[in-house]
Amino acid sequence: MKWRPIISVLICLVALGGISSSLLSTSQIGSSADWQKRPFRPDTGVLNVVAAVNGEFIDSWKNADLEAAPPASVLAVMRRASLALHGTVPSLEEIREFGPSEQMVDTLAAENDLLDRYIQYLLADRRYADYVSERFARVFVGVDAGPFLVYRRRRFQLWLSDQLFANRRYDSLCRELISGTGVWVSDPAVNFVTATITDDSQGRPDLPKLAGRTSRAFLGMRLDCLQCHDDALGTIGLSFEGMSREALQTDFHQFAAFYSQVSISLGGVQDDYRHYSYTYLGDEKDKIITPKVPFQSDLTLPAGSRRGQLATWITARQNRAFSRTAVNRVWAIIFGKPLVEPVDDIPLSGPFPPGLELLATDFSDHEYDLKRLIQIITRLDVFRISSRAAFEVTSRHEQAWTVFPLVRLRPEQVAGGIGQTARVRTINADVSYSVRQQQQQDILSFVKRYGDTGEDEFEDRGGTITQRLLMMNGNFVKDRTRSSDGANAAARIAAIAEDDEDAVQITYLCVLTRLPSKTERDHFILALHGVSAEQRERVLEDLFWTLINSTEFSWNH
Amino acid sequence: MACQSQQHWNRRTLLTAGLQAGVTAAAATSMSWLTPLATKLAYAQERAPDSQAPAKSVILLWMQGGPSQRDTFDPKPQASELYSGGVKSIKTSAQGVRIAETLPLMADQMHHLSLVRSVVSREGDHARGVYNVKTGFRPDPTLVHPSIGAVMCHQLTDDLEIPRHISMLTTNTPARGGYLGDTFDAFQVGDPQQPVPDVMARVDTERDEKRRSDLFSVVEQEFARGRLRNLDEKKTLHQLSMKRAVRMMASSQLEAFSLKDVPQTKKDRFGDTSFGRACLAATQLINVGVRCVEITLGGWDSHINNTPAQASRTKIMDAAMSSMLAELDETGLLESTIVVWGGEFGRTPWLNSTSGRDHWPHGFTIALGGGGIQGGRVIGETNPEPDRDAKDETADVVDPHAVEDIHATVYKALGIDYEQEMMTPVGRPMIVAQGNAIKELF
Repeated sequence: MKWRPIISVLICLVALGGISSSLLSTSQIGSSADWQKRPFRPDTGVLNVVAAVNGEFIDSWKNADLEAAPPASVLAVMRRASLALHGTVPSLEEIREFGPSEQMVDTLAAENDLLDRYIQYLLADRRYADYVSERFARVFVGVDAGPFLVYRRRRFQLWLSDQLFANRRYDSLCRELISGTGVWVSDPAVNFVTATITDDSQGRPDLPKLAGRTSRAFLGMRLDCLQCHDDALGTIGLSFEGMSREALQTDFHQFAAFYSQVSISLGGVQDDYRHYSYTYLGDEKDKIITPKVPFQSDLTLPAGSRRGQLATWITARQNRAFSRTAVNRVWAIIFGKPLVEPVDDIPLSGPFPPGLELLATDFSDHEYDLKRLIQIITRLDVFRISSRAAFEVTSRHEQAWTVFPLVRLRPEQVAGGIGQTARVRTINADVSYSVRQQQQQDILSFVKRYGDTGEDEFEDRGGTITQRLLMMNGNFVKDRTRSSDGANAAARIAAIAEDDEDAVQITYLCVLTRLPSKTERDHFILALHGVSAEQRERVLEDLFWTLINSTEFSWNH
Repeated sequence: MACQSQQHWNRRTLLTAGLQAGVTAAAATSMSWLTPLATKLAYAQERAPDSQAPAKSVILLWMQGGPSQRDTFDPKPQASELYSGGVKSIKTSAQGVRIAETLPLMADQMHHLSLVRSVVSREGDHARGVYNVKTGFRPDPTLVHPSIGAVMCHQLTDDLEIPRHISMLTTNTPARGGYLGDTFDAFQVGDPQQPVPDVMARVDTERDEKRRSDLFSVVEQEFARGRLRNLDEKKTLHQLSMKRAVRMMASSQLEAFSLKDVPQTKKDRFGDTSFGRACLAATQLINVGVRCVEITLGGWDSHINNTPAQASRTKIMDAAMSSMLAELDETGLLESTIVVWGGEFGRTPWLNSTSGRDHWPHGFTIALGGGGIQGGRVIGETNPEPDRDAKDETADVVDPHAVEDIHATVYKALGIDYEQEMMTPVGRPMIVAQGNAIKELF
C-alpha cells in the first residue's frame, strides 16, 4: 500500500502547527500517545471465534463457487468502523492518530493491529454509546414523540447510552426493559412500556403493540402478525426442534397476556392483578387469556410478576432466539445490513447463515457482552474485506458477503459525516458544549428534511430528489464548506497546505477517508494550478462540495 | 396491527390459488393469458356506469388535529347545546344539504362536494389516526403503507420536471411512499410566499456546472470501478436522482409554486393565510401536471373551548377551500381533479367539561368531489344525541363506511384497480386498498 503520501500529508500538518496543536487533545479517553502505546490485541478467545466464523464464511463461498474480494485498506475499514460506532466519518485528527505510521510494516497483521486499536478507541469513546443507543432506542421505543408526560424518549435514550457506555450485560438490560417498575423520569427503563400508551388505551399500555415490539426486539419474530388471525400462509415459524406446528392467533395473545398486569399511575409503572381478555376470530365473546410462551415452554418460569416471568424466559440462556436476535441487530448496526433479513424475522429452526450460531453462542457464553460482540464482528474478514474486486461483482457476491456490501448511509450518518468533514478536529466531548449542541440541532433539522428512516433502519431506499437538492443547495452543506468561514476545513486547508497536491490529498482524507487516485489527483491539482489565494479557497470549497455530493460519501463501502 | 386476512383472499389471489391447486398445466397455460385480461375487463365493468375519463389528480386538504364534524359538515342544530355546541346550519348550493353556519362561502360550492358523514375507524390516537386516514391501513409494525399520492405516482407515469407528489405546510406527518420507497415521498414545501427550498444553486452557473462535471466525470468514475455493473442504475440511483434534481432546478414549472404573478384580488379571495396561498398554488401545480397535492391546516385539536377554536379554523378553511373549488371549476380542472377534505378523526358529538370536544373516530365526516365523483350527495348519518355510555359507539351510525372505503372510492375515480396487489420489498403482496368504493358517489 502507498502510505508515503498519507504520511507526508500528516507530517506536513503537524509541522505547520496551526492544526496540530488542536489535534492533540483527546483528554476524555486518553492522549494519542497513550493509544499508540497501548498494546492491544484481542484475546485468544475472541480470535478463536473470529477464525471459526471466518471459516464458515469461506466454506459457504466455496460451496457457492464464489470468489472473495481482497482485504480493504486500513482507511476504508476505519471509515466503516467510525460510521458504525460513532455515526460519522473519522476526523483528520483520528486518521493521523490511528492511521498507518511511517514505521509500520506493511502486512495484514500490522494493519489488523492498527484497526483493533482504533476500534477499541471507538468503543471507549462516549460517542459510541450515544450513537448506538439511538439505534437501539428505535427498536425498543420507536421514533414517535409518544404519550404526553408519561413517556420521555430523550431520557430513555440517555439512560440507554449510560448502560452501553458501562457495557452492562445485554440480558440484564433487556430484563429491566421488560419488567422494570417505577417512574419514567427516575427509572427510565419503564419508558419501554409507557411508549405504547395511546389516547385509546385508557392509561394502560397498548398490549398488542407492546407484545409485538417485545417479540421483534428480543426474539426476532413477528408474532404480531398473528394478532388478527392464524398464520394461514405459513410465514411465522414456530416449529421448534423438529416439532412442526402452525402459528396461531392464540400464540400472540397468550404472549401479550404477560403484560396484562401493567398499571400506570402517578407512582409510575407497577403490576396489579388485571387479566387480559380478547375475542378471537370466529368467537362471539371475549375470553380471559392465560399467559403462555409460544415455544420452549419447558423453560422454568419463576414466581413473581408476569412481566418478570416473561423477562426471565426471553433472556434464558437456552432461549437462543434472544442471542440470535441481538447478534443480528448488532451485525445490522455495524454493516448497515443484517445477517438475516428482515432484521426481526429470524426462523427459530434455521437454516442460519454462516456465523450466526457461533456468534450467538459466544454472546451468551460471555455474559452477553456487547463490546466483545462488536469486537468480534469488526475483526471478521467480511468486515475487513474490500467492497470492490478485480472480478465482476454481482449481487450474489454482496448477498454472500464475499465483498463488503454497498449500503446507503443513514440520514444521521450523512449529517454527522458532513459535520465532521468540515472540521479537521474530532467533534467529541472535548469540543465546547455550544458547538456540540449546535451540531446536534443542525443534524436534527437536516435529518428531518433529508427523510428519517424511522424504525425501518435497514431497508434499502432509493435516493430522493429532496435529498439531492438538500445536499447540493442546502444550508447545512453550504455552511460547512464555504471557504469564507475560517473555521471550515476548506479554508484551513487552503491556508496550511504545503502545495496543491497536499491540499487535494488532505481534502480527500477529510471527506472520503482516502487518498485520491492518480486521475483524481491530477485533475484537481490542475484546477488549483496558478490560481490566486482567493481562487484557491474557492476551488477547495468546490472540491469539498463535489466530494460531499458523491455517491461514495453517501454510501458505506 | 397485523395484516388483514381479507388481503390474502381477493379475486386475483383466489384465481391464482385455483390455478395452482387443481387445473392441469395445459389448462393453466391456456388460462394464463386470460387472467390479466379478465381482471381488466372486470374492473372496466365496475367503472362502466361512469363514462367519464378517470381523474388525473388529487388535492387532499388535510385538517391536522381532527376537525369537528359538528362544527363543519355535519352540524346538529336541533340537538341540545351540549351536543350542538350552539352551531347553527345553513342551506347550501346542494339541495337538502346543510352545513355549519361558519362555512358560508363553502355553502355555495357544495354542489361540487359530497359528504360521507358516517366514516368510522378504530384509531382515536393522533399518530395512528393520521396513518390510518392517509394510507387506508391501520399502523402495522411490519411495514409502512404508501399514501394515496405515492400510489398514484407509482401507478401512473408522467414526465414532469417537478415532483408529482407535493405536501404543503406539513409539519410532522407528510405523505410517504412507504414500502413503495422514499422516491414516492411527498416533496415538502412551505408557504408559497417563501421560495421553494434548496432549488437555487449556491454558486454561479459556471462554478455549479464545473462542480457537477468534476463529480460525474472524475469522482463517480473512480467509485464505480470494480463494483456492480451499471451501479447507479441498478443500485444507488444517486446520479439519476441528482440529474432529476438539476432538471427541476432549471424548470419553468417551478413557477407553479409561486404566486408572484397572481392578481391581488384573486389572492384576497383565497385569504391572507398560508393555507389560502397553498390552496391557490395547488391549483397552479395541478394545472402543470402534478398528481397529488396535500395541504395541511392545523389547529383542530380542540379539547378546550371547541366552538371558538373550530370557528377560527373554519374561517381560514372557508375562504381557501371555496375559492379553490371555484377556481378548479372555472378552469375546468375540477373534472379531472379529486378534492378530498378530512382529518385523522372527528370529535365527540358532545362537549366535555371544558367545553371542548375530544377525539371521535366513531362517525365523522370526510368530504370529497371532483374528478368524476358526484357532488351534492350525502352518505350516511350520525345521531344528533348519541348515548354517551353506549358500548358500541358506532351502533347508531347509519350506513357506516370505513376509512378504507374512501380510499377505494378515490382509486376507483382515478382508474386505479384498488384490488390489485403491489409487492413490498420483502415480496409480501399487499392490496392497494382494502375497502369498497362507495357506489352512490359515482
